[in-house]
Amino acid sequence: MINLFYIAALVAIIATVLAITRHHAVHALLYLIVSLLAVALVFFTLGAPFVAALEVIIYAGAILVLFLFVMMMLNLGQDAKEQEREWQPLRIWIGPALLSCILLALIIHAIMGEGSASVVTEEVGPKAVGSLLFGPYMIAAELGAFLLMAGVVGASHLRRREFQSEITGKEES
Amino acid sequence: MSPTFQNILIAALILFCMLNMAALMIWIERRLLALMQDRLGPNRAGPFGLLVILADMIKIFTKEDWIPPFSDKVVFVLAPAIIMATTLLSFAVIPFAPGIQVIDLNIGLLYVLAMSSIGIYSIVLAGWASNSKYSLLGGLRMSAQMFSYEVFMGLSLLGVVAMAGTFNLREIVDSQQRLWFVVPQFLGFVIFMIAGLAETHRLPADMPEAESELIAGYHAEYSGMKFGMFFVGEYVGVILISSLMVVLFFGGWHGPFLPPLVWFALKLGAFLFFFILCRAAMPRPRYDQFMALGWKVLLPLSLLNVLVTGAIILANT
Repeated sequence: MINLFYIAALVAIIATVLAITRHHAVHALLYLIVSLLAVALVFFTLGAPFVAALEVIIYAGAILVLFLFVMMMLNLGQDAKEQEREWQPLRIWIGPALLSCILLALIIHAIMGEGSASVVTEEVGPKAVGSLLFGPYMIAAELGAFLLMAGVVGASHLRRREFQSEITGKEES
Repeated sequence: MSPTFQNILIAALILFCMLNMAALMIWIERRLLALMQDRLGPNRAGPFGLLVILADMIKIFTKEDWIPPFSDKVVFVLAPAIIMATTLLSFAVIPFAPGIQVIDLNIGLLYVLAMSSIGIYSIVLAGWASNSKYSLLGGLRMSAQMFSYEVFMGLSLLGVVAMAGTFNLREIVDSQQRLWFVVPQFLGFVIFMIAGLAETHRLPADMPEAESELIAGYHAEYSGMKFGMFFVGEYVGVILISSLMVVLFFGGWHGPFLPPLVWFALKLGAFLFFFILCRAAMPRPRYDQFMALGWKVLLPLSLLNVLVTGAIILANT
């Protein structure tokens, strides 16, 4: 299980780096999907199968499909790739690389301080996650629900105005 | 026999059976459709025309496998592999009979849903990588359709999960010993069936590949075995949805007198026939009508189903 964890973690890191550095938007997105799947596997090996399943269903399966949905309509071709290359000269990487180095140093420091890290072998099932989510973290879940509801109402409102102007436009002509 | 070896053997056997069943489905579908439409269908090669499967396979394997020069080549090749991989991987958690199951995962149902949501990429990427108008339109329709119906598919199953108290498919089958879930969860079953039709994009829900509007939709540019992967992948998907209906709503392997595996096969066969007859009997709705049905009828109904089931369970405890 611990070997699986390291392999999945390595895949996640490599895929994420590739997702950032690719010039083609759809290819970058595909690497991001691979990265999310690898993170799901990391969750699974750490004893959280429910969270792993949600990671795949919601992030890899739902949210990134919508990203792809939008990108499909942008007609990205060779031109967009060239433009992306122009926008990313080498010096642009210096700032983010420095910041990541600081984070890396922090993580290494934290791991060194912990001594030998132990992998949790206890499995956290769906029921445990559910009773936590609707017990002590109820307010956070409710706030998330409010946010989603606001999003749904907003989207429906935008569509409605557009739809009405379509109808009135037709009536005028 | 060591348990690891036994597991590998079971997995290989299940894969072998599924792929052969998918091939057989092509013949069954053509014969049954012909029967419904008052014609003969393929009846020349071999007994009952069964050898037509072989002819089809030879044809599809030896055809020129052409990758369009205007396509995104890597993604174009990757796309058909995804749908085959995800649908076949889903069979890992389906309990065919006691002991005949590759892995007894305690989030089995979520695993199946996760695999089906990854399967969407196959079609979306195929539509995009083909780099042609009709493929793109097919891919767009498909992603919106599968994405929406996945919501109702998940919601319609919540009633079953609440009644069984688990996501584990084997335990769900075991909790149906007395009463099949299709009786208390009839609404959930109907919604799951419609969502299943939409997920496998079979007629009457095949708007993404409607040949009268989009030629063949997302797989218009595909040829040879790459097209074959989509074709067989669709049948494997039908078998998967049928097995899920058997497992979740019709008591899995439970039944009197006959051995468990035979019961499973009988129930599975009934649903496969039903899928084919659906194709013969129903016309294709307009795309926006089908999407409106989903969001305006199926979504409120499935939410209501969850609410009522939850209330009844709460009242009984």
